[in-house]
Amino acid sequence: MPAALQRLAQILPADRLLTSAAELAAYESDGLTAFRTRPLAIAVPETQEEVIALVRLCHELQLHFVARGSGTSLSGGSLPVVGGIVITLNRLNRILKLDPDQRLAIVEPGVINSQVTTAATPHDLHYAPDPSSQSICTIGGNVAFNSGGAHCLKYGMTSNHVLGIKAVLATGEVVQFGGESRESIGPDACGLFTGNEGLFGIALEITLQLLPRAESFHTVLAGYQTLEQAGDAVSAVIAAGLLPGAMEIMDALALNAAKAAVHAEYPPGCEAVLIVELEGPRESVAIEKQSLEAILTASRPVEMRPARDAKERLAIWKGRKSAFSAVGRLSPDFIVQDGVVPRRRLGEALRRIDSMSKEAGIRVANVFHAGDGNLHPLILFNGREEGALERAEDLAGRILKMCVEMGGSITGEHGIGVEKREFLADMFNQYEIDAMLRLRAAFDPHGIANPGKMFPGKEAPSLSHHGLHPLEKAGIISRE
Amino acid sequence: MMTPEDIHELAEAVRSSPRVLAIGAGTKPRLSQIEATKICMQRLQGIIEYDPGEFTFTALAGTPLAEIAAALAAKQQYLPFDPPLIGAGATLGGTVAAGLSGPGRFRFGGVRDFILGVRYIDGAGRVLRMGGKVVKNAAGFDLPKFFVGSLGRFGVLAELTFKVFPRPASSMTLRLSSADIHSSLNMLRSISRGRWEVEALDILPRSFDIALRIAGPEAALPLLATDLLAHFDGAKLSNEEAATLWEDLREFRWVPPDAALLKIPVALDQLLALYSSHLGDSIHVSAGGNVAWLATPRTTQWPAMTLRGNSPLWTAPTQRPAIWQSIKTAMDPEQRFPTLDP
Repeated sequence: MPAALQRLAQILPADRLLTSAAELAAYESDGLTAFRTRPLAIAVPETQEEVIALVRLCHELQLHFVARGSGTSLSGGSLPVVGGIVITLNRLNRILKLDPDQRLAIVEPGVINSQVTTAATPHDLHYAPDPSSQSICTIGGNVAFNSGGAHCLKYGMTSNHVLGIKAVLATGEVVQFGGESRESIGPDACGLFTGNEGLFGIALEITLQLLPRAESFHTVLAGYQTLEQAGDAVSAVIAAGLLPGAMEIMDALALNAAKAAVHAEYPPGCEAVLIVELEGPRESVAIEKQSLEAILTASRPVEMRPARDAKERLAIWKGRKSAFSAVGRLSPDFIVQDGVVPRRRLGEALRRIDSMSKEAGIRVANVFHAGDGNLHPLILFNGREEGALERAEDLAGRILKMCVEMGGSITGEHGIGVEKREFLADMFNQYEIDAMLRLRAAFDPHGIANPGKMFPGKEAPSLSHHGLHPLEKAGIISRE
Repeated sequence: MMTPEDIHELAEAVRSSPRVLAIGAGTKPRLSQIEATKICMQRLQGIIEYDPGEFTFTALAGTPLAEIAAALAAKQQYLPFDPPLIGAGATLGGTVAAGLSGPGRFRFGGVRDFILGVRYIDGAGRVLRMGGKVVKNAAGFDLPKFFVGSLGRFGVLAELTFKVFPRPASSMTLRLSSADIHSSLNMLRSISRGRWEVEALDILPRSFDIALRIAGPEAALPLLATDLLAHFDGAKLSNEEAATLWEDLREFRWVPPDAALLKIPVALDQLLALYSSHLGDSIHVSAGGNVAWLATPRTTQWPAMTLRGNSPLWTAPTQRPAIWQSIKTAMDPEQRFPTLDP
């Protein structure tokens, strides 16, 4: 038994220190299924004290560790490191406090995203960030990767909802950043910690702000003959001064997938569908929905379908949220890309993706958060074909470079992880990357916390293809 | 005092002196009362990019907020967090460095929630960019947020990119009467959890009354106001009265000239104790009870930051964790900027 395992065994009982090949196999990969790596062991702590002890041991032994929640990262953010350990946080899953007056919840990192809203619902409150995997992804993972969702235009990302973080840093130091107030004095370290991709340490307690649940919703699905028309409709909504809770577009390929998967129904003859959702007090929504109807009518849709009740609204969202896993029915494999372009250049970006797709002979389905220019091209391929994964990766890379060229970003909400680390240098110059590396070294002088993520490096794990994530096949998670 | 005219001169200014601190319009004088060569940012002003359709703008750090607010207003947009001291000449960079947000931060968040990207000079005099220029971006560490409240102790802000929102078609202010702090706090609790989605929710200084602002389509506001006034005792203010009320709060006109002005982050359940420990001082509670602005001729036992007057920069200081020193060394190895704790 390696010395490190002996020391780990002093912290955790044998049934919570997994080392057999069968047990390790379950943790080899995350939502980015093209990569897999076998770690030395899986540590399954149940208390904050155990997490702290594990991190301090890793610091002492300079042992690499990767914190993991439900393993839904689409950028390979929780990919294990060879010779290192995975610290799973699923058992730290208590909601420690829910204060409806201050409108906050204090949770442990293993709490599932949607459980926060479930707990807040009796108080007419909710937790706003809603990544598509919200029924399974954990708050700890959301914090590490600053996850987004469909409502970012109005409500922002995870970091806009984190008020405080208690964390054990990679040095073993336990710190509290922020707290229960929405205001603070001094530099916003809580904001810096959020989105660190697991490179600073492990969050142990997270204070989340809750928002009042909107009193009423108005959700409209509009079908268009072209993607460009749908994009123009988005610009018209923005120009009119409306601030919808969400604006989403799906293209023809994505629509076909959703039809096949969840029997979603869309207006016939549409190349694109736009979903716009207004929310707020009933008096405001009643007026804004008239403005929206006028704007959308002027955008010449093939058909407009406002949801008449909660059931129809849920059906619209079901089609949208299932689109990613539904694409699995069109193709044995696919890569979900996550790039951002300035909103006004959405149409141009989609045209260029289309021509790159044709040129490469690779099908690309598009589902995206149109309100904030966040594209999610789904690149379809068959992993059994020689070189198909590499060709798909190549196309994905060209799409990312296009996003940067257009003044956008290589990631809107999935993070850099393993997947995009070679593209960091397209957004930041060497001095800037060096500055980030110095910052990382301040939190983690030995480079033991989630190494191989975010920064370009040599120790790249090799690509290997093995199809859809089992949870995805089962329809439990979806990629977004 | 050095007065650079562009970003390269700014970088040179940083390199030219062993200890430097940038200052904007000096509207929060206590923040820069420290031994250092001052860099005046007022020539580094102007909006560099503003595309209303993108909901973003980029401006030099020395740009007065008033100029930005006017440019946004011309396109029916705004910074929803009501940046303070805009009338006094506060700059965008100074607002970020001080980490200040006004009453409107209640609805959609504060300065930290609207900053997207920074271009700054680090301690070695290098010009670096962090964050991005689009409304959604998750690439790299979120240093732009760390600069909020950093007081120029980790780098000099040169250029900032912000998210903006469409300005609601109309707004309306109500003043709700309250006889004591208990009833004010009860109102804060009910309203902040309520269905009305108010923009601002404050307890007025030298009073226990509540000022609240609702915003949205013009025809909806009287209906919302009627409903609120059916639940709480109060009255609508005229547009002029409302404008004066919020402006006086934003500019801290209620603060006596001889008093120090302090920012105290709080939670609702601390407010009773705060009022009890400062009987006789003026307090403006803002953002639904998340921040108290205290005017006092003395100082306070509460953890606070002093913006002006005779009180320590940080009151009730506690030992900072070791990580703060490591971050400082990483960003400013030669200690060219003053330390966070004087």
